[in-house]
Amino acid sequence: MPGEFSRDEVARIAALANLELERSEVELFARQLGDILAYAKALQLIDTAGVAPTASIVEGQAIDRGDELRPSLDRSAALAVAPEAAPAPGLYKVPRVIG
Amino acid sequence: MSDPRTIRDIRERLRSGEQSAADICRRTLASLDRTEPAVHAFNTVTAEAALARAARLDRDRDRWRDAPLYGVPVALKDNLCTRGVRTTASSRILENFIPPYDATVVARLEQAGAVIVGKTNCDEFAMGSSTENSAFGPSRNPWATDRIPGGSSGGSAVAVAASIVPLALGSDTGGSIRQPAAMCGVLGLKPTYGRVSRYGLIAFGSSLDQIGPLTRTAYDAAIALGVIAGADPADATSAPKPVPNYAAALTGDIRGQRIGVPRALTEEGVDPEIVSAVRSALDVLAERGATIVDVDLPHARHAVPAYYIVATAEASSNLARYDGVRYGFRAPDANELHDMYSRTREAGFGPEVKRRIMLGTYVLSAGYYDAYYLKAQQVRTLIARDYEHAFERVDVVAMPTSPVPAFKIGERKDDPLQMYLADIFTVSAPLAGLPALSMPCGFTSDRLPIGLQLTGRRFDEATLLRVADAFERDTEWSTQLPPLA
Repeated sequence: MPGEFSRDEVARIAALANLELERSEVELFARQLGDILAYAKALQLIDTAGVAPTASIVEGQAIDRGDELRPSLDRSAALAVAPEAAPAPGLYKVPRVIG
Repeated sequence: MSDPRTIRDIRERLRSGEQSAADICRRTLASLDRTEPAVHAFNTVTAEAALARAARLDRDRDRWRDAPLYGVPVALKDNLCTRGVRTTASSRILENFIPPYDATVVARLEQAGAVIVGKTNCDEFAMGSSTENSAFGPSRNPWATDRIPGGSSGGSAVAVAASIVPLALGSDTGGSIRQPAAMCGVLGLKPTYGRVSRYGLIAFGSSLDQIGPLTRTAYDAAIALGVIAGADPADATSAPKPVPNYAAALTGDIRGQRIGVPRALTEEGVDPEIVSAVRSALDVLAERGATIVDVDLPHARHAVPAYYIVATAEASSNLARYDGVRYGFRAPDANELHDMYSRTREAGFGPEVKRRIMLGTYVLSAGYYDAYYLKAQQVRTLIARDYEHAFERVDVVAMPTSPVPAFKIGERKDDPLQMYLADIFTVSAPLAGLPALSMPCGFTSDRLPIGLQLTGRRFDEATLLRVADAFERDTEWSTQLPPLA
């Protein structure tokens, strides 16, 4: 069942996902995502009236802890794996944000 | 002297003094060197560090008694963070990433005396069922090297199947431990969600991901799970439940165990040789005293679309962190921040990862959330309920792991939907948070391994391992070796 997913739609989603796709990828994804979503439409036929959604399988488990200081990753070790950093002030460096 | 192939063998050699940890390590590295060119199981081999560690263990030999993996060579899927050792998730975007910390499972393995020998190849960010999505090229099935080993933990399955290591860790989001285990003829266990800490596992679908062992035997899986399981303050979803002695559960006695078979689901569209091997396996279990009964999982046939919506939605969110700022690759020469983000992600991610980020972004976007994401979460509830009802009547649910044996490299690469559909039997257990294992139960006429999947109640890995161990006692499938090994 060939699906329909326009190239404009692909471009819109790519922008939301911060992906700069090549033209060939736009064509390919339009077809493939169309096929996958057409198949996924089968879910619409299932009666889910009144069924609660499951976001997580974990239930009834305390996930909080005391608000106490604990050792964490050293700042210089974290910055050492960055593509560009300024270790002395402890900052990541990025290209300019405002023109 | 033959190579020790299991954790149990290695412990016996070390206990008797017949071999040292350094001997074992050298043999492992020699076998890796011999086999690796044909199978490409590893992204990184840590030979020097492994030899140095084995030598250190030999100087402290008396520790073996309290360290269940003392001197045992272990391979880790390359999406598990290892301090000071490159961890790529088989992606260009992390090609040179050297983590500043260890995953909790890595720390626990080392605490138990394991010797880590390398990082195994996988589908990029664990997204795939064949390892063909690795940025570093596919791994190859040791039973037929023109075929895929399954995925995404393909390299881990190959490393165990080719008898390089007795234990490898993988991660499973929709079948990524069990499916390659089935295709390579080894045992792979996906524990209950929350049984094993995910801290330091490179995230894909956080409500589904679990780390688990690939081994040759149920006994070895029991030992490995006992080491890596348990609560961890660094992972709030790890369960504060005591870890049982899994090895003690392997009594061989499965009399009275009730094994449910969802026949309507599992005999349509499945390779006839696989149907027949699974039937024979059930006969073996019945002969040992288990009762085989029919169960119905009416919503399980919708598990594939539900899974691919939930998993890609979570992936699109998890992979937003790869933006060229804090770690990994950054595209050069961007002149402003947003341009840097999108060019980094375009150059750093492979096609399947982009496809899944796109799909996940779409199903979460305004106007489509209710129709896709919310609907999939509701179907997830129905699938979990199906299993709950089944487990009121049975202790284990049995079915094939994969509807097809290992296919040829390249055969399905251009048809992602066909690839996804083959995950039909493995995606339900993670959606329901249940433990499941795959174990060898036969071969096709082409001598390709066939896997039997057993799914259990939450936190009841012990029953799965007991049934698997009982099956091993009456069959020879788990001792078969591919020609390469």
